[in-house]
Amino acid sequence: MFEPLQPVSPGRRTVLGILFFVLFFAVWGGITLGGIVPPLFLADPLKALQSGITLFTEHGFIVDVGLTIWRVVGGFIIAAIFAVPLGILMGAFKGVEAFFEPFVSFARYLPASAFIPLLILWAGIGETQKLSVIIIGSVFQIILMVAVTVGGSRLDLVEASKTLGARRSGIVLRVLLPGAAPQIAEILRLVLGWAWTYVIVAELIGAQSGIGHMIMDSQRLLDTGQMIFGIFIIGLIGLISDFLFKKANQRLFPWYFIK
Amino acid sequence: MTKLRIDNVSRVFPGVRGSEPTRALEPVSLDVADNDFITILGPSGCGKSTLLRIVAGLDQPTTGSVLLEGQPVSQPGPDRGMVFQSYTLFPWLTVRENICFGLREKKVPDAEQREISDRFIEQVGLRGFENHYPKQLSGGMQQRTALARALANDPKILLLDEPFGALDNQTRALMQELLLGIWEASRKTVLFVTHDIDEAIFMANRVLVMTARPGRVKCDITIDLPHPRHYTMKTTPEFAAYKARLTEEIRVESIRAAELEH
Repeated sequence: MFEPLQPVSPGRRTVLGILFFVLFFAVWGGITLGGIVPPLFLADPLKALQSGITLFTEHGFIVDVGLTIWRVVGGFIIAAIFAVPLGILMGAFKGVEAFFEPFVSFARYLPASAFIPLLILWAGIGETQKLSVIIIGSVFQIILMVAVTVGGSRLDLVEASKTLGARRSGIVLRVLLPGAAPQIAEILRLVLGWAWTYVIVAELIGAQSGIGHMIMDSQRLLDTGQMIFGIFIIGLIGLISDFLFKKANQRLFPWYFIK
Repeated sequence: MTKLRIDNVSRVFPGVRGSEPTRALEPVSLDVADNDFITILGPSGCGKSTLLRIVAGLDQPTTGSVLLEGQPVSQPGPDRGMVFQSYTLFPWLTVRENICFGLREKKVPDAEQREISDRFIEQVGLRGFENHYPKQLSGGMQQRTALARALANDPKILLLDEPFGALDNQTRALMQELLLGIWEASRKTVLFVTHDIDEAIFMANRVLVMTARPGRVKCDITIDLPHPRHYTMKTTPEFAAYKARLTEEIRVESIRAAELEH
């Protein structure tokens, strides 16, 4: 088990993974139920679970969850539709890269959350504003990472394709794109995780619905149980989407996962 | 008939950050006849790969020109098939899809692609592996696929850049016989770069020895051994005589190349 780089069996892997969750809840339960931390600051696990159940049964929390998921996925897809093709073009053509790269690198550091006041001014507090925050937060990251990945494609494969008769479009569509596709999928998985932080920030300010809005509301009521439950739901959804993304990648790119 | 004419081709690589430019290749001229199997033998760093890359159109000569059937070569194209020393199969394509890459680019109908790929899969002995990905193949099998991929395009000339260089000795010997068998059947014009003397003699009807950097053609030896050739030929006195001569020629250059590194 402590031999460097030695794999562990799948069974043991699952047990170890679950073990940490158990430990985590045990410590949390210990310090809250044991009275070390007052319930005003941190609700105990049972209380959080109870609040969560009430949220679903009495406050229609499922609608908030659905709306938040819709915002993240919607904003993220719109960002990806623009960012992935542009990233591929930047990676493939150095002229395109020279044109966009400095601006995108600059824009990447503009914090999405800082745009929220401005976006409220422009787009109000409706869905457009929420989607915009996520798009701003994701689009530049995706562009740059995809450009770097495609730019790092194997030159020997490009040369081989040329000797087989591939020209410009053939090289981009039949060599660079399929070669980079699994890593592009990984990039999207990563950035989707970041998009979750942007949506919550967007919902904390000027929102009438969503998980972030619920958390904000709970603060007014000093209901730490609800707040913690909301945060946990986000973690859970992230875990599920991550799992689905990984499975989809293994299905789509079997060659990439051989040994 | 002249298939390929290399006319005074030289290559100078510009110096990096103020250092001296590197003269990789002195002017080289060579006429390759139809059905020739020419091996280019030389110590490492002699510019033999550079010459091959210029013929392929992957590199541009500083002076001179390359003519394929009278037409000047300026960029890579499917009329010059190439097999590289490194493994360059597309990892996301299966063996069959790799072999069909050039055919798809030419928009050959699917049924015909299948027929052609079947033929070459058979010829390089990869039946049963059509649907394997490159990662699932040994080095020798990958290079056989690469050979089939180049041949499937039916190029006018086949350019081989130390294609068996990364393989172990036994596999390499088998690959030589396989390639020779294919050549004996099709008589495709071949330009083959190697630093292995046995390989150079066994495969070729002409061996070109290149000098250490800057490379130029030192001698041009016709190999007068009958076809079909069998691996046992490598132990005949005739073969040994060629080997003795080439060993002498190449040894001088290897010593020079080693001294250049100091």
